[in-house]
Amino acid sequence: MTKNADIVLRTEGLKKSFGSLQVTRDLDLALPAGARYALIGPNGAGKTTLINLITGEMRPDSGRILLEGQDVTRTGTAARVRRGLTRTFQINALFPDLTPLEAVTLAICEREGIAGQFWRSLTAHEQAISEGFEILRQLGLADVATKRTRHLAYGQQRLLEIALALATRPKVLLLDEPAAGVPKDESAMLFRVIEALPEHIAVLFIEHDMDIVFSFASRIIVLVAGAVLMEAEPAEVRDDPRVREVYLGSAHHG
Amino acid sequence: MNREATLTATQTTQAPGASLAWLRSRSRWSVFEIAFWLATLLTFYFFPSYLMLASQIAITALFAISVDLVLGYAGIITLGHAMFFGLGAYAAGLLSAKAGWGEPLTGLLFASALAGLVGFVASFLIVRVQHLALIMVTLGLGLLTYELANALSWLTGGTDGLRGIDTWPILGLFDFDLWGYTAYSYTLATLFLGFLISRRIVNSSFGLALRGVRENVRRMPAIGSAYRGHLRKIYTISAAIAGLSGALLAQTTNTVALEVLSFQRSADVVVMLILGGTGRLYGAILGAIIFLLVRDQLSGINPQYWYFGIGLLLMVVVLFMPRGILGGLARLAGRDQ
Ligand SMILES: Nc1ncnc2c1ncn2[C@@H]1O[C@H](COP(=O)(O)OP(=O)(O)O)[C@@H](O)[C@H]1O
Ligand SMILES: [Mg+2]
Repeated sequence: MTKNADIVLRTEGLKKSFGSLQVTRDLDLALPAGARYALIGPNGAGKTTLINLITGEMRPDSGRILLEGQDVTRTGTAARVRRGLTRTFQINALFPDLTPLEAVTLAICEREGIAGQFWRSLTAHEQAISEGFEILRQLGLADVATKRTRHLAYGQQRLLEIALALATRPKVLLLDEPAAGVPKDESAMLFRVIEALPEHIAVLFIEHDMDIVFSFASRIIVLVAGAVLMEAEPAEVRDDPRVREVYLGSAHHG
Repeated sequence: MNREATLTATQTTQAPGASLAWLRSRSRWSVFEIAFWLATLLTFYFFPSYLMLASQIAITALFAISVDLVLGYAGIITLGHAMFFGLGAYAAGLLSAKAGWGEPLTGLLFASALAGLVGFVASFLIVRVQHLALIMVTLGLGLLTYELANALSWLTGGTDGLRGIDTWPILGLFDFDLWGYTAYSYTLATLFLGFLISRRIVNSSFGLALRGVRENVRRMPAIGSAYRGHLRKIYTISAAIAGLSGALLAQTTNTVALEVLSFQRSADVVVMLILGGTGRLYGAILGAIIFLLVRDQLSGINPQYWYFGIGLLLMVVVLFMPRGILGGLARLAGRDQ
């Protein structure tokens, strides 16, 4: 068990139902600083819903969410992001007509509280722009920085998802299937980008490819039907017969 | 497209300075822009008998710009913006007709501030609704204001219109003449000022945030944006600019008809934006020019059915240039990647 003080994100007794369908059942979760946790589980297990609850896009029926020890259960999504709790989306949620440079710069301007300044030219915010470019460069998107997002290749759009999240300077980063739809050889590269993220960021990622999960996660949370089946080191998860049965054993498609 | 290469290409030759330069180039004045504004002055020499029409166009173009800010940039659909145009017209008109203050520049400021204030209050309602409900709310607010002005006929003159407006010379020097020299100079100068303000807004980080809302409002909270505040702000600014244009109409015609608040005016301005192209400011100006010129020409031929021509034009543009005439031209010129 990690010391209380190191926990950046914690959920307590989180519950969510859609009608009679219980999608999140009494979920307790603790993410320490610098975590590289994987959240796995079959389709429909409630992984995306859990992220929606943590980021505030959905309200839990009951339970609490604590960010750096402070209750944010009733805090709006944008305010949580500004406090360092950021996510990416399983299905691209980008700005098709903006260029990556504009989109990332926008996120930085929002973070710095200067996005509402209508009297100064955008180009006066040189620092925000060069920081935005630097993030794109680190993710290998420099060459397409000034191309409209909708003209980017799919893999580049997945990277831009991460770039947008990084621009908010997260303390906790929740990645919902960052490699969804990306060919296997490319998804390994994408995860190398994730591995190279600043160490202090606590990362929770959802991923179906077990090879990737086992090589990039320091700890694995197995979610089945809205409840945590087990949470353990990769080796332990790999050898667990229940996990083999409900997850690894079944033919699976991400 | 070689995705593998781009994913691994962390080494790149493109310098960060290049991206700044690229952003700068997008907001720099082009020769086309300078040429356009110079051309507006040619009206004085080549079409002196059209100066009143030209000043109507300038007023309408300013109104269309105000709508472009919310519709074209922030993606707020509105069918009730005549509300702010009319408020500005009545504010400036009443200031002169009832309070006896006909100084035009303070009249403009007063009308603009009042319309902006009402816009600010209305914006709290506007940001709560989307899609069809949004159209209905803006439409409803517009109709309410129209009926209110009708009911307050002791103040507004109702269907007879507001009379007794006397606009003093501009700066105490330039009296309004019959030919419209002063009117056109005045409306053109105000249009240019309103355009400069709008241009600065759309080229700011705030303008970028508005485009973010338009492109993907769901994503905005996820990048930490309290975007509703942005929407309230632009709605207020837009209302103030619309009020400015309405005040210009009252001051240059010395009358305010109930029509300034009509649904027709709200709908016409959207038609102008679709014709000219949304989200580019100049589309609003071009749309206003085309709309009023077509109306002027066609209503001379047949005063009852001139809208038939507008309808036809609208269909052709929507079918062949879905992003408006300017959008279509930009595409042809390859300046739209
Ligand atoms: N907004 C919603 N309304 C109703 N049901 C939902 C909603 N979102 C998700 N669900 C249901 O909740 C279950 C879990 O979905 P989800 O969290 O997306 O699973 P996962 O991401 O693990 O594949 C699914 O059965 C899904 O159909
Ligand atoms: Mg999911």
